[in-house]
Amino acid sequence: MKRRTFLATTAVLAAPAIQGTARAQSRAETLLIVSESGPNNLDIHGVGTNVPGYEVSWNCYDRLLTHASKTLENGMPYYDRDKIIPELAEDFTVGDMSATFKLKKDAVFQDGTPVTAKDVKWSLDRAVSVGGFPTFQMKAGSLEKPEQFVVVDDRTIRVDFLRKDRLTIPDLAVIVPCVMNSELVKKNATAEDPWGLNYTKQNTAGSGAYKVTKWTPGTEVILERNDAWKAGKLPAIKRVIWRMVPSSGNRRALLQRGDADISYDLPSKDFAEMKAEGKLKLMSTPYSNGIQYIGMNVTKPPFDNLKVRQAVAYAIPYRQIMDIVLFGLAKPMFGGDGKVSQPIWPQPHGFNTDLDKAKALMKDAGYADGFDTTMSFDLGFADVNEPICVLTQESLAKIGIRATLNKIPGANWRTELNKKTMPLYTNVFSGWLDYPEYFFFWCYHGQNSVFNTMSYQSPTMDKLIGDARTAAAVGDTPDYTKDVEGFVDLAFADIPRVPLYQPYVNVAMQQNISGYEYWFHRRLDYRTLVKA
Amino acid sequence: MSALRPIGRRMLTALPSVAGVIVVTFLLTRVLPGDTAAYFAGPAATPAAIAEIRAKLGLDQPLPVQFLHYVVDLVHGNFGNSLTTGQPVLSDMLARLPASAELIFIALFLAIVIAVPLGILAALYERSWIDHLCRVVATAGVSLPVFFTGLLLVYVFYYLLGWSPSPIGRIDVFATAPNTITGFYLIDTLIARDADAFRAAFSQLILPSLTLAIFALAPIARMTRGAMLSVLGSEFVRTARAAGLSPYTVVITYAFRNAVLPVITTLGMVFSFLLGASVLVEKVYAWPGIGSYAVEALIVSDYAPVQGFVLVMAVLYLLLNLGIDIVYGLIDPRIGLEG
Repeated sequence: MKRRTFLATTAVLAAPAIQGTARAQSRAETLLIVSESGPNNLDIHGVGTNVPGYEVSWNCYDRLLTHASKTLENGMPYYDRDKIIPELAEDFTVGDMSATFKLKKDAVFQDGTPVTAKDVKWSLDRAVSVGGFPTFQMKAGSLEKPEQFVVVDDRTIRVDFLRKDRLTIPDLAVIVPCVMNSELVKKNATAEDPWGLNYTKQNTAGSGAYKVTKWTPGTEVILERNDAWKAGKLPAIKRVIWRMVPSSGNRRALLQRGDADISYDLPSKDFAEMKAEGKLKLMSTPYSNGIQYIGMNVTKPPFDNLKVRQAVAYAIPYRQIMDIVLFGLAKPMFGGDGKVSQPIWPQPHGFNTDLDKAKALMKDAGYADGFDTTMSFDLGFADVNEPICVLTQESLAKIGIRATLNKIPGANWRTELNKKTMPLYTNVFSGWLDYPEYFFFWCYHGQNSVFNTMSYQSPTMDKLIGDARTAAAVGDTPDYTKDVEGFVDLAFADIPRVPLYQPYVNVAMQQNISGYEYWFHRRLDYRTLVKA
Repeated sequence: MSALRPIGRRMLTALPSVAGVIVVTFLLTRVLPGDTAAYFAGPAATPAAIAEIRAKLGLDQPLPVQFLHYVVDLVHGNFGNSLTTGQPVLSDMLARLPASAELIFIALFLAIVIAVPLGILAALYERSWIDHLCRVVATAGVSLPVFFTGLLLVYVFYYLLGWSPSPIGRIDVFATAPNTITGFYLIDTLIARDADAFRAAFSQLILPSLTLAIFALAPIARMTRGAMLSVLGSEFVRTARAAGLSPYTVVITYAFRNAVLPVITTLGMVFSFLLGASVLVEKVYAWPGIGSYAVEALIVSDYAPVQGFVLVMAVLYLLLNLGIDIVYGLIDPRIGLEG
């Protein structure tokens, strides 16, 4: 009896010590991420999956293709837009009107079943069929019908092209065309939910490097490494704990106290201050193919008048916005030499703050006494939008444009954009696929998508964009250059929207974290991260 | 049995209020600006994609039909699905309510333990230093916004001094959360006999509950002081003193017992304030409570959680008022439930 009591007591006393070492060990292999918000769905094909959900999908599923990595001049690792490499595929060949993929032969899903061409077809079928965002994204690369995906044999799949499109292959390397364990998902599908969306919302069913082992919505996500991952080098981080910390001040405190390893949605002010302190490792990369701009509705007076639009472009306090709002953490898109000499996008326009020129233009336009208007912005990103609008409002007042601010709740912003009635506003657009014609197709083309927020219509513009797409598809570089330079030039001449800057993705991490890489989706790729 | 009947009757009178709450929350969430479908269709949606999502969510139906569906679901215990977390609202609420409740109960307990003695002493030694202390504490408590106190405490005790654990929710990242039995971490860790987890959960609770307690202190202390002052000046206390009863008996048994009724009323009010104030504290401390849940849902026009939250809160208020009425009756038998 006595011995037993003794054993029990020592066991109780010893337990915390053992747990203590285990905890220290797990801390070294565990990455603690803190961010403002978390996923609402673990599957990017789900209804209304939010952006944090994309991060889960990226890390838990494989795609046929992915991008190689390159290093920018400033030493920042960056995904290589032009070098697409196989991920789940072993190799692939792109023919004239189709591409054939050979799957890695030892690739298995996280439950041990082998990855077959059947799974790939089912997953791609699902992406083009479920509707909503995934289907829309697939369409951007001319991937529209299940018939396009053909199982050749167990390990070979062919993707037939509907038309020649330069974006088809890159579109197979974005987050959406992820490969799922079709048998597992089908087993959990129901008659009302044939694609098993309810199952994949809560569970990851892929072959990817990580799997979600615990998800408390709104609180935390825990991911464990899949040691049987075949599509790449085994990641160094064994466990990822991703906690939602709504207060940005606390996220900063957690980083500075060394309790959190990485965070990536801090306000520019905090970020700039941390940079000055120099204790943490901070990475800033411009959004690829993304621009914050001031837009004007060109269908209604007074902004249907080119001179008024030019006056606005000359009245925006660009420098102040860069310094006061962004603390220098953005790439200016103004003050260029006014000549478009390269087929690239984004590139700076030639406008600068020049109130005298702006006043003269207002007079020429017949608005010497100015006019009243409203300037709208999305409250969901108020920490940037509000100061931009206040500064612009002040500056516009000096040339007689009396703008009242119209704050629109985040939930309502897209509805308002869709109505296309706001006369003056600030907004941001960025595309996953980093090609000028892709950006212009959505933002300037006369098809008038939701992102052509200005309702801008120009047959010349439409023709240039169309020609650029055709030239890109057939690889006609001289024509492509001419078309891209043409539409960029026209966008600056007609100036329906005034680009302000390319925003930065700001990531802050501890000194012992390495391997961060910028991706087009701007979320974290856990697979390359290392904790020393 | 006869004691339960008035309680039952009280509950019945609450039913119309609940029905009213259901109608009002339903209408309010629909009237609010914001298009759920557009929000959840994502950044690159076409009008067709938005319409598709609207149909999927049943938002293309006329309002009365939507309302009918809503009520039928409620009767079946189905509060709908949250679009933000992707989970059924009921399970979200059940998971989060204990987190808020644990926080609020501890805060209230702290506030009472500090404020009631402080109020009594302030009344006993009117215009002494302790009375001034009471006044300063009360003024500070009401005038400092909760999120400010919260951030200040985090800054001092976590960031500068490092005494407090990281403000990252209910339990340290590397400690294992206990199996859910009651949902109260302090109780669940004890049931699981996990001393480490108990310590981890307890240390996470200190700052947020202190933040809330500071806010709750003021009305309790002021009310205790005021009630005590008027009772202490009354004749039966003077008689008790004159009869040579011990100061303890005079102050606690005679005076405080008579002063406690307004304090209880204040407690009820403070408790409902705390439910509101906890939203901000939950934000600051990344506390996965019910308040932050509702606010996040409201921001993205996610109707179901907001409706569920208001409904649960309404029921809680009704129960709270009922509880206070019962306590009244116990303390002062002259007050019946009928009154």
